[in-house]
Amino acid sequence: MDLQTLWFILITVLFSGFFFFEGFDYGVGILLPFISKADQERRIVINAIGPVWDGNEVWLLTAGGAMFAAFPNWYATMFSGFYLALFLILVALIARGVAFEFRSKDDHSGWRRLWDWAIFFGSAIPALLFGVAFANIVRGMAIDARMNYVGTFFDLLNPYALLGGLVTLTLFILHGALFLEMKTDGALRERVQAVIRVAWIPVLVCVLGFLAFSAVQTDMFATVTVVKFVALAIAVVALLSVIAAIRVKRFGLGFIGTGVAIIATVALLFSTIFPRVMPSSLGAAFDLTIYNASSSQYTLQVMTVVALTLVPIVLAYQAWSYWIFRKRLTTQSKLEY
Amino acid sequence: MDVLTLARLQFGVTTVYHFFFVPLTIGLAILVAMMQTFHVATGNEKFKRMTQFWGKLLLINFAMGVVTGIVQEFQFGMNWSEYSRFVGDIFGAPLAIEALLAFFIESTFLGLWIFGEEKLSKKVHLATIWLVAISSNLSAFWILVANSFMQNPVGYHIAASGRAEMTDFFALITNPNVWLQWPHVALGGLTTAGFFIAGVSAYRLLRSRKTSVEVRETFRMSMRLGLAAATVAVLGTMIFGDLQGQRMADTQPMKLASAEGLWNAESPAGLSMFQIGDEDARTSIINIRIPSLLSLLTFHTPGGQVLGLNDVQHLYEQQYGPGDYTPPAIWLTYWSFRAMVGSGMLMFLIGLVGLWLGRGKKVIARKWFLMALVGAIVLPYLANSTGWILTEMGRQPWIVQGLMRIDQALSPNVGVVDLLITLIGFTLVYGALAVADVYLLQKYARSGMSDGGNADAIAMANAAGKPDGLYLSGK
Repeated sequence: MDLQTLWFILITVLFSGFFFFEGFDYGVGILLPFISKADQERRIVINAIGPVWDGNEVWLLTAGGAMFAAFPNWYATMFSGFYLALFLILVALIARGVAFEFRSKDDHSGWRRLWDWAIFFGSAIPALLFGVAFANIVRGMAIDARMNYVGTFFDLLNPYALLGGLVTLTLFILHGALFLEMKTDGALRERVQAVIRVAWIPVLVCVLGFLAFSAVQTDMFATVTVVKFVALAIAVVALLSVIAAIRVKRFGLGFIGTGVAIIATVALLFSTIFPRVMPSSLGAAFDLTIYNASSSQYTLQVMTVVALTLVPIVLAYQAWSYWIFRKRLTTQSKLEY
Repeated sequence: MDVLTLARLQFGVTTVYHFFFVPLTIGLAILVAMMQTFHVATGNEKFKRMTQFWGKLLLINFAMGVVTGIVQEFQFGMNWSEYSRFVGDIFGAPLAIEALLAFFIESTFLGLWIFGEEKLSKKVHLATIWLVAISSNLSAFWILVANSFMQNPVGYHIAASGRAEMTDFFALITNPNVWLQWPHVALGGLTTAGFFIAGVSAYRLLRSRKTSVEVRETFRMSMRLGLAAATVAVLGTMIFGDLQGQRMADTQPMKLASAEGLWNAESPAGLSMFQIGDEDARTSIINIRIPSLLSLLTFHTPGGQVLGLNDVQHLYEQQYGPGDYTPPAIWLTYWSFRAMVGSGMLMFLIGLVGLWLGRGKKVIARKWFLMALVGAIVLPYLANSTGWILTEMGRQPWIVQGLMRIDQALSPNVGVVDLLITLIGFTLVYGALAVADVYLLQKYARSGMSDGGNADAIAMANAAGKPDGLYLSGK
């Protein structure tokens, strides 16, 4: 395996980590205004992700940094190509991050309501737009000979990509609800369970629709590789087991199920485009691949040493942090946010 | 306005805004970690109250630095895609390492520090804030490795494809530029935090009639700690700044000449104190100078030739071909430099006076000095902002010194409308956030720790008109 392939896999891992971790805290943020009634409950919902949301978001920064370091042309094409979409995501992430810290530091009800909606939109917009973005990449974008996206913002809002956005949106809501189920108690927890009992339905509809649409709009099923087949099989089995777990009220298992489904879906999308990183709709000659987008061998070697040393350490202390905050939050808990 | 102007304006606005929060974060994290260390080591409750009070202000500030930092990472690809393609092989590495090595530690352990007080042992909880302090300063190192490549490219070659490629990672991280810039920035952060603590403490001491002796003593102690840290740090900042000036004469003579408003070479060169120049005619109209001082400052000997803007222009024309190699707004680099150095010297003076006056408890009665300290909070912010304006504007028209001009670096597929949307959007969002941030900071600075015991919670609850302390500490 060459270093370009290794780095393609590493970036797949980083985006998988991002969607797995930040996926549930987007879901929690989207549910916030609807699931909790009194202010105390809202604080419990926010505090459920309070200690970890920032660490989760660093997966995105790392994925972006890794793209820049390993595949500068991928980074340059993607970030300039998704210009306005990324602007919306940035505004959303800014509002959301500040909202967590600011919201409960003043108790005017207007102040708190404002930040609650910042958390909602700040979670919903990226949850939708990241799906739109990756669906567009898999579908192919108008990339010219100089590796620049020459389409418009509205070209990105095609039905296939929007469906991709709905897949991530609905999946993250379910993922977040399952996380919240494990962190809450009492009446709040019962309300979360009620959401879970119906939230899997739109996920299933969107995912099946997306897979069918992919057969027409992309070359996902044009060739069959072992990786694609395994990823697809795992995604489908995981989703079905989520439904089964919900029916027998094993919500922890359900959370693992949505997590596996998210990772398998990312793997399926990335293995569909491999060895391209951004297929061009203007002709295969203009495709960005892991070779024409990559850094030099030397830089890839340096970054390989760095990444293989640091990523396991990061995973270890993040796991420790989740272990420390494993308990359910109740009305008796000390709330910081 | 054209795309280039808008993209540069956006980078300037978002960077200066981001750097409003970063120095306080990296400095205050260290000082809060020290306060908590004193508490764990001595068991003195005063230090615990200090940790809580300043820790709360740290968190409000921290959030702003984090969210505005995301824009910085994305912006290179969004607005400067040609730049990203040209230097990505080199520039991306420190950014990725910054995220992997610093951001992960910073965010994870900050979460543990905020939420883990009752779940972790005292020592482990103390270790978490130290990890936050260290990693936030490490993050500064890695981003400055990236910036130093733009000021002084090392460890690279230009490949057949035309892009710059890394040939020596070790050279990149031992770039002499970064080992002057990083201490300068980190000590500047400590200076910022020191004056912030001293100024807020002075404010509280000015309106301390109603508070208990205990609280007053805590603020007096904070003020002393802040002043001590700031005085030492600002001296260090100036020393590293001076060393940078000497390097600038070698690696970026145009930046030095524009910082000094020096049009033609002089040996020995005089230091301009006040100048009104004519940038089109490339000459000065009014110029009040101290003879020989610039040579003395630059080379640490009274002699020595300092090149002027016209000389470097001539040199660069020979080296790089025809073109204008003079920064676009010399008045800006000239006055930025003076504002930075002037506030630095003023801060050092205030620090020394403060340390002298603050020996005993009588300092509380010296209202004029306390008021001066409140006003001095703006000085480090002025120095931080003007320092970066000088560093980045003085490098123009280069985006990477000697390798790529700024007008070659833009995203070719991003138009004026796109840039207007994002520039206006970021400005509005940042403006609104500044209002919310300042509101919260002043609220906590005014009413946190109003009395002993569970003061924080009680004070905040009272300020909010609520009888219980749910506000801060929950139940």
